[in-house]
Amino acid sequence: MNQTLPDKNGHFGIFGGRYAAETLMPALIELERAYQTARKDKKFQKEFEWYQHEYAGRVTPLYYAQRMTATLGGAKIYLKREDLNHTGSHKINNTLGQALLARRMGKKKVIAETGAGQHGVATATVAALFGMECKIFMGEEDIRRQAPNVFRMKILGAEVVPVKSGTATLKDAMNEAMRYWVSSVRDTFYVIGTTAGPHPYPRMVRDFQSVIGREAKKQIIKLEGRNPDVLIACVGGGSNAMGTFYPFRNEKNIAMYGVEAAGHGLWTAEHSASINGGKVGVLHGNKTYLLQDEHGQVRDAYSIAAGLDYPGVGPEHAYFHTTKKVRYVTATDKEAIAAFSFLSLKEGIIPALESAHAIAYAMKMAPKMAKNKIIVICLSGRGDKDAQTIIEKGVIS
Amino acid sequence: MGRIGDRFESLRGRKEKALIVYLTAGDPSLSVTKKLIFGMEKAGVDILEIGVPFSDPTADGPVIQAASQRALKAGTTLQGVLDLVAEARKVSEIPIVLFGYFNPIFAYGVKKFAHAAHSAGVDGVLVVDLPYEEAKELRNYTDVIGIDFISLIAPTTGKERLTKIAAEAMGFLYYISITGITGTAAPKINNIKIEVGKIRKTTNLPIAVGFGISKPQQARDIACFADGVVIGSAVVRLIDENKNNRDLIKIVSDYASVIKKELR
Repeated sequence: MNQTLPDKNGHFGIFGGRYAAETLMPALIELERAYQTARKDKKFQKEFEWYQHEYAGRVTPLYYAQRMTATLGGAKIYLKREDLNHTGSHKINNTLGQALLARRMGKKKVIAETGAGQHGVATATVAALFGMECKIFMGEEDIRRQAPNVFRMKILGAEVVPVKSGTATLKDAMNEAMRYWVSSVRDTFYVIGTTAGPHPYPRMVRDFQSVIGREAKKQIIKLEGRNPDVLIACVGGGSNAMGTFYPFRNEKNIAMYGVEAAGHGLWTAEHSASINGGKVGVLHGNKTYLLQDEHGQVRDAYSIAAGLDYPGVGPEHAYFHTTKKVRYVTATDKEAIAAFSFLSLKEGIIPALESAHAIAYAMKMAPKMAKNKIIVICLSGRGDKDAQTIIEKGVIS
Repeated sequence: MGRIGDRFESLRGRKEKALIVYLTAGDPSLSVTKKLIFGMEKAGVDILEIGVPFSDPTADGPVIQAASQRALKAGTTLQGVLDLVAEARKVSEIPIVLFGYFNPIFAYGVKKFAHAAHSAGVDGVLVVDLPYEEAKELRNYTDVIGIDFISLIAPTTGKERLTKIAAEAMGFLYYISITGITGTAAPKINNIKIEVGKIRKTTNLPIAVGFGISKPQQARDIACFADGVVIGSAVVRLIDENKNNRDLIKIVSDYASVIKKELR
């Protein structure tokens, strides 16, 4: 595996790059330089680690899910408990890194897009922590279905800007955040929440999230004396999956599965499976797999999980797909809801609907595997925020 | 030299400045856009930017966003826009620049696009999300076929970067007069003058100024130091407001000739 990706212009093979408006290009280049220096600065890294441990609560447990394992009757299942991070998901790993970088660059205002609200909350949190002004762009439909997170952002002092265009979900929130950034680029830092967007974001977010896989690797060696056989994580933009997979990328004999949201089914128009149901294209600053029509117009994505409801995917995932480093599979809304209930009842852990897609795929795989095999699942977030959606679906009365 | 270069040269001879007008193709319909093209030419517009609608126009303000949505709803495709240009080209010699985002071109196929655009009579392309670093992907095909790749310069573009962009620029340089999206703020004339002066030192190409210009006075002020002004959102708004008016073409043409008067 090539260690030097992305290249200097942010390409992972044919994917990635910096397809951005000229107004933003100088800011992206400045950001890349600032990040390159910070990355090599021991003081920056030390401070980042300090906040991860003392503030976000890392190291997160790698938990042996005994009842889940016993019920499924096959491979031994471990959950990487990113849901136990401060703010309830892996998103804080990245926002701490970017906020520290923003502070280092002298930026006092931050903006972010959010779908499920997890990244919005994680950004609002670090903005409060570092005394920065914060605006969060969120689709109106997502504001409705993720109301608890909207309240949290407001409590944390952030302004939540409702986005009405398109399907009023994550894609539209990102469009609006980019437009706002074009107008405010001189004093504002854009905290992108996933491994997408123009270079250097996919690489930077990957680096900040890689703590997930690095910890999991150490933990599984300590617990089992060996690497896992299978890694599973859900993929929307793909930050928790990239963070999980990346440190294992050069290991042999590990099958990695990225689970995309199949919504109402891949055969319908209502899903978010960009790799399984899309074509290569350019959106939001990078070249990647996109849900689009034959004329290159981007299609609206759909998933019950607001955080997966995005028509693109991080460019390095697109690269891992074409190089067959990772297998990209899918889980439907129905399967995710079943997995959500299963984990809640069997382990007393309410997973985010996003993470439930990874659980759902593990539920299919584990029974077919021998008992001495090991699966590690990234449980990227907790599901309190999804109570409303689950009640609306009539899962509980 | 192509139609764009010829036009600037003859304007220079007459000591005039160029009026460049942006139209979103297919808003309200391709047949109206065609009539508007002819109307604009008669009104004295020098160059047309024909906007290819895209689902996610991240550099555009609300006016052009809405126009793009209407055009897409009306079924506008890149092929449809190319056919429109070919139709117009049968009778018109006005220089035409296709303006848009990369994905529709990428989906069409860049090589196929370069050939189709050339044979339709397109003179230039301006792709908002294809900056200097990524431009080769399209320029490998458009440069050799004689389509001008129009480059943008922003208020945030530094000196070193400006020099690099100018060295490879074609047609004209397009200076974005505000740090923002299209049609959302009034430009500050004095700042633009300074920036255009800086660009002038790096190139012999004409310099046009756009984003946020809507009034005759602004056009006159900018024409004192730039070679052309671009009017976009103001025209698109006028079209939308009068789309059911029988005199639509006349109303938009009258507006264009008022602006053009300031540039003579």
